[in-house]
Amino acid sequence: MTVSNSRKLHFKIYRYDPDKDAKPYMQDIEIEVPATDRKLLDAMVTLKAKDDSIAFRRSCREGVCGSDAMNINGKNGLACLTDLSSFPEGKPIILRPLPGLPVIRDLIVDMTQFFKQYHSIKPYLINNDPLPERERLQSPEDREELNGLYECILCACCTTACPSFWWNPDKFVGPAGLLAAYRFIADTRDQATSERLDNLEDPYRLFRCHTIMNCVDVCPKGLNPTKAIGKIKDMMVKRAI
Amino acid sequence: MNYSVRKFDAVIVGAGGAGLRAAIQLSEAGMKTAVLTKVFPTRSHTVAAQGGVAASLGNSEEDHWHWHMYDTVKGSDWLGDQDAIEFMCRKANEVVVELEHYGMPFDRTDSGKIYQRPFGGHMSNFGEKPVRRSCAAADRTGHAMLHAMYQRNVKANTQFFVEWQALDLVRDADGEVLGVTAMDMETGEIVVFHAKATIFATGGAGRIYYSSTNAFINTGDGVGMAARAGIPLEDMEFWQFHPTGVAGAGVLITEGVRGEGGILRNAQGERFMERYAPNAKDLASRDVVSRAMVTEINEGRGCGPNKDFVLLDITHLPPETIMKRLPGIHEIAVQFAGVDALKEPIPVVPTCHYQMGGIPTNYNGQVVVPGKRTQSEIVPGFYAAGECACASVHGANRLGTNSLLDLLVFGKSAGESAVAELRAGNRTHKPLPQECIDQTLARVNRLNTQKGGANVHETRLDMQRAMQKHAGVFRFKDMLAEGVEKILGIAEQVGQTEIADKSMVFNTARIEALELDNLIEVAKATIVSANARTESRGAHVRDDAPDTPANPNGRDDANWLKHSLWYREGNRLDYKSVKLTPLSVDSIELKTRAY
Repeated sequence: MTVSNSRKLHFKIYRYDPDKDAKPYMQDIEIEVPATDRKLLDAMVTLKAKDDSIAFRRSCREGVCGSDAMNINGKNGLACLTDLSSFPEGKPIILRPLPGLPVIRDLIVDMTQFFKQYHSIKPYLINNDPLPERERLQSPEDREELNGLYECILCACCTTACPSFWWNPDKFVGPAGLLAAYRFIADTRDQATSERLDNLEDPYRLFRCHTIMNCVDVCPKGLNPTKAIGKIKDMMVKRAI
Repeated sequence: MNYSVRKFDAVIVGAGGAGLRAAIQLSEAGMKTAVLTKVFPTRSHTVAAQGGVAASLGNSEEDHWHWHMYDTVKGSDWLGDQDAIEFMCRKANEVVVELEHYGMPFDRTDSGKIYQRPFGGHMSNFGEKPVRRSCAAADRTGHAMLHAMYQRNVKANTQFFVEWQALDLVRDADGEVLGVTAMDMETGEIVVFHAKATIFATGGAGRIYYSSTNAFINTGDGVGMAARAGIPLEDMEFWQFHPTGVAGAGVLITEGVRGEGGILRNAQGERFMERYAPNAKDLASRDVVSRAMVTEINEGRGCGPNKDFVLLDITHLPPETIMKRLPGIHEIAVQFAGVDALKEPIPVVPTCHYQMGGIPTNYNGQVVVPGKRTQSEIVPGFYAAGECACASVHGANRLGTNSLLDLLVFGKSAGESAVAELRAGNRTHKPLPQECIDQTLARVNRLNTQKGGANVHETRLDMQRAMQKHAGVFRFKDMLAEGVEKILGIAEQVGQTEIADKSMVFNTARIEALELDNLIEVAKATIVSANARTESRGAHVRDDAPDTPANPNGRDDANWLKHSLWYREGNRLDYKSVKLTPLSVDSIELKTRAY
């Protein structure tokens, strides 16, 4: 391991402030960051201390709030989980906003469409039985069905990496929303499976997924929306027969 | 500068656990409610809570709310109000079961009930032996909880104002609260939210310290706003340093790791907690464990080239247990410590984690301040819950998993109190006091025009370093006094911060400057209250209040069994008595704390 007190980084960052810029541009920035900056987000915070006009979202800095999703060297990811050491030496680090959503400013995108699709799948438990005094029972095996589904942090890395969402953002639910749909379908406590399937029965909402699998490739939590979508498609086929 | 006014029955500031729980109450009661949040709700810091939420469900072994109450009072070093603590512990089962009904994916026992694990300071039979009380969803309990509550709010059609920064509390000459001023971050537009009920659920201010488990957004906004509006802040000297933050990175490693069998070791590989807490060992209260760790480091038994951390060892646990119960920790250790926790121990240090003090409330979530008649008079129209509030259930030291319980119980009770008040028709839209609105406009205008001012980043760093040095795990008389002067000096700089970016569109530099206005109030309250409290109690331990037969552990009940109240105006302190009488059971009598 080499020991040094700082490291030189070369960024190319997408900049756009509608208050002063006629159009977006890529800005070249070279900066020395301390060796204690290990993640991309650390370096961006160092950068913002020098130029306070660079705008990006961030909060937990540990990969659980989903704020700092962006397009990093062409691939969506979270800045707080991206190691600076993963960048090849001598090449610029290219940062762009998540693709496929309108840009508000710099690396901040308007996520309205993303959340509209999430909300469209009724992302809440539906169970009309009278509430028991205590918790509903669920076997550990049934609970295990939710693993790989409930951990989604709604960062939008997957949905904004999906060509089907780029073409039809208003019609295709997208991988994050469909993962959430399956999270409720798979929950033994939920009683609305058939209503949930009806809600997705249309040429676009579910079936625009062409298993390109960009979503799986970029998910910072290692989740697999394609697999969940496949399971919903299977259920659709089964009930059609 | 222009502004507009919007009217609501209720405005809730903050959409973390407490805000979302209160919002469920108001939305389901049909009240016209605005929930303001500076981040999308599921990005609030509740999402980072890991280990669990306390409730004496007794799903794996016998448990009782009264034992939970005893542990909480003892954990608080008797500074917690026993009426509020009884209220919280008795309500725990109800609010946790509600979460399950909302759809929260708790882990399950073999019989299908909510899975529970042991946690620090939680014991059965009044302090006898560790008990499984922490209800968990793997080590992602906060995430599972926050998402379940957001989802419930989607169902209830709650109206959110996402990425709105609340700026100032609107409080009239009679002391009544009439809403808040706020800024739409996307456009810079300023709006007065005129409400009959205002609920603060803005979280903590862990970012006053240099090394913190807290998110960037934990800047004490509600606490700062309350202080500027003349509300005193209670017990702000008490800050929890979580024993296990990842060394260097500060990221939290849940106490649930020790609940599942993890062990702390020093450079000699010794399980040193056996010396400090022979009974509870690694599951002693957080303040006790953090002090033991710092003592080990100070006495040269720390690990690494600089001997400045200790090790959290889970390599003896079955890999299946780790991957099933602690998958997130495995991920964090790889990401932030660069170790595979299945094979190597994790380097950890005590790290600022939780604000025990805050806006004073009663157990109904109503904000209370000293008045002409009593020491706790209700501020009409104002409620607070969660980390920004001080009910006070945590006193001088919070038990792990009681924070998620606090935000559920008091988020709900604040919501219920507001609904009751609105239904009774006691509240109207009283005329707005112009000076409150002018105060907000002046703050924003100053930032737009300030020349030759202080850099926001540097000033914040100065504050964080000063707090870390002068008000850390162990506190020293001389350092505290020096710290007061330093922080007051930095506060002057905060009043003159300058930003280069003047854009109206999503100006995060402006937001950071406005947040610093809040952070500094919290830092002042903390250091001034800590300097004045010349005893050791819970998380506040100072060199000039040592362990003596007359004052075991340095606690001085004769003089200091009382809550601090810091007022911004005049930078002055007042005190009020601790409520030692619970609601229905006998008082838990003062005792020397040992684990």
